[in-house]
Amino acid sequence: MNTITVTMRSGDEVDLAFKPGLSLMEAIRDAGIDEVLALCGGCCSCATCHVHIDQEFADKLPPMSEDEDDLLDSSDHRDQTSRLSCQIPLSEELEGMRVRIAEED
Amino acid sequence: MDRYDALIVGTGHGGAQAGLALRQNGFEGTIAMVGRDKEPPYERPPLSKEYLAREKAFERILIRPASFWEDKQVDLVLGSEVVAVDADARTVSLKDGRELGYGELIWSAGGSPRKLTCAGADLASVHAVRDKADVDAIMAELDNGAKRAVVIGGGYIGLEAAAVLRKLGCRVVLLEALDRVLARVAGEELSRFFEAEHRRQGVDVRLNTLVACIEGDGNKATGVKLADGEVIDCDIVIVGIGIVPAIDQLAAAGADAPNGVTVDEYCRTSLPNVHAIGDVALHANSFADGAMIRLESVQNANDMANTAAKDICGSPEPYAATPWFWSNQYDLKLQTVGLSIGHDQTVLRGDPATGGFSVVYLKGGRVIALDCVNAVKDYVQCRKLVEARAEIAAEMLADAETPLKQLMPI
Repeated sequence: MNTITVTMRSGDEVDLAFKPGLSLMEAIRDAGIDEVLALCGGCCSCATCHVHIDQEFADKLPPMSEDEDDLLDSSDHRDQTSRLSCQIPLSEELEGMRVRIAEED
Repeated sequence: MDRYDALIVGTGHGGAQAGLALRQNGFEGTIAMVGRDKEPPYERPPLSKEYLAREKAFERILIRPASFWEDKQVDLVLGSEVVAVDADARTVSLKDGRELGYGELIWSAGGSPRKLTCAGADLASVHAVRDKADVDAIMAELDNGAKRAVVIGGGYIGLEAAAVLRKLGCRVVLLEALDRVLARVAGEELSRFFEAEHRRQGVDVRLNTLVACIEGDGNKATGVKLADGEVIDCDIVIVGIGIVPAIDQLAAAGADAPNGVTVDEYCRTSLPNVHAIGDVALHANSFADGAMIRLESVQNANDMANTAAKDICGSPEPYAATPWFWSNQYDLKLQTVGLSIGHDQTVLRGDPATGGFSVVYLKGGRVIALDCVNAVKDYVQCRKLVEARAEIAAEMLADAETPLKQLMPI
């Protein structure tokens, strides 16, 4: 089991174990964190699974698709660390990654 | 008799979000969620897409893992149905004879798939697509060699199922009673585009086509007989002709419930301590000029759950959420904002033949909705135009080179 650290909107931190193969959104959801809605279930059709990802890991993430880029534009809280968590497949390479749930739009 | 401070009826998107939102808004009382389904809450949209295509296992479409509900102290009463409500005694009766008391009731019971009324409608190989059991039954038939499918109904469910069945190698005939697919929810441009795409993918799309009956051998469907006498041979029939909202129990309890349960802007029904949300809720929607409508979407179920939960927790906020919707078929990503009901003009933006495009719906010269196909930029940027009901000239909207956000009147 690998772990990543998720910072909630309250500032509380949760270490969560993940199995490679799922998306970051699924790992967050399965850990019982209710701040990520992920209403479209991970098909990149909404922007309700927005997170900020530790810059250190930026080059280990898959490049952003145009759709993801456009959807992130719907958030008032987008910055250079923004990603949709459903578009991040978890792999062992991401061990130790720090993720912050984006502010509510 | 068990009694819960909040009793949620229905374990779909609305019910699940209601449980979640009650806790998020500080509700400290006991909560239970009663569902006809045997499974904990799961996402419904993938049933006609990734789940049917076996791209996603069931565990991956659970809205939350089963342990989540335990952690949040939301009791799940599964495989059980509410058959009666007593609004004075604040009790519900379950199908198995049990009674449950409630302080607050959130009616999020959704609906049942509308059934064909013709002969053969009850044959075992005639399926709806509403819950996991429906789709498991379809998958079992495919495993047993079903190859020739007839899909009855050209709405989103029928079209999505047809797309997956083609991908799985089935022969697919799609029957639509009206003169175009998606007639109830979209404009003609979008209908014609989806008809053409399905035909290009090998679906035999038949419009203006009425079903006379389903022919069978024993319990198996062998063909669909049309009104003109033609019989389309088949192994499996999928029926997607809408839902019948689950309102009888509340109507019998005295709620105002003509075609849906009438609710106010806080999702309160006419019965005390009873809210109704999601597919069943007949509400005045400002995106439909205040018309009383029901809206069958994840967005509506989710946002109404939040509205009801906030009202119960003492911080009421009127329901005013912007409608949005999506559908995936083949490699087409359709995304919708607003409601096109009552539009008097449509504008095509972009070229359907070459790539992404959008259909803009106008009413009295104002933007009320967009259907965007492989056009995520339009989908994101049109939201503010729809919310503002912006008045924009058709020729400006038609110019796909100009981003929609630049068209927002100042």
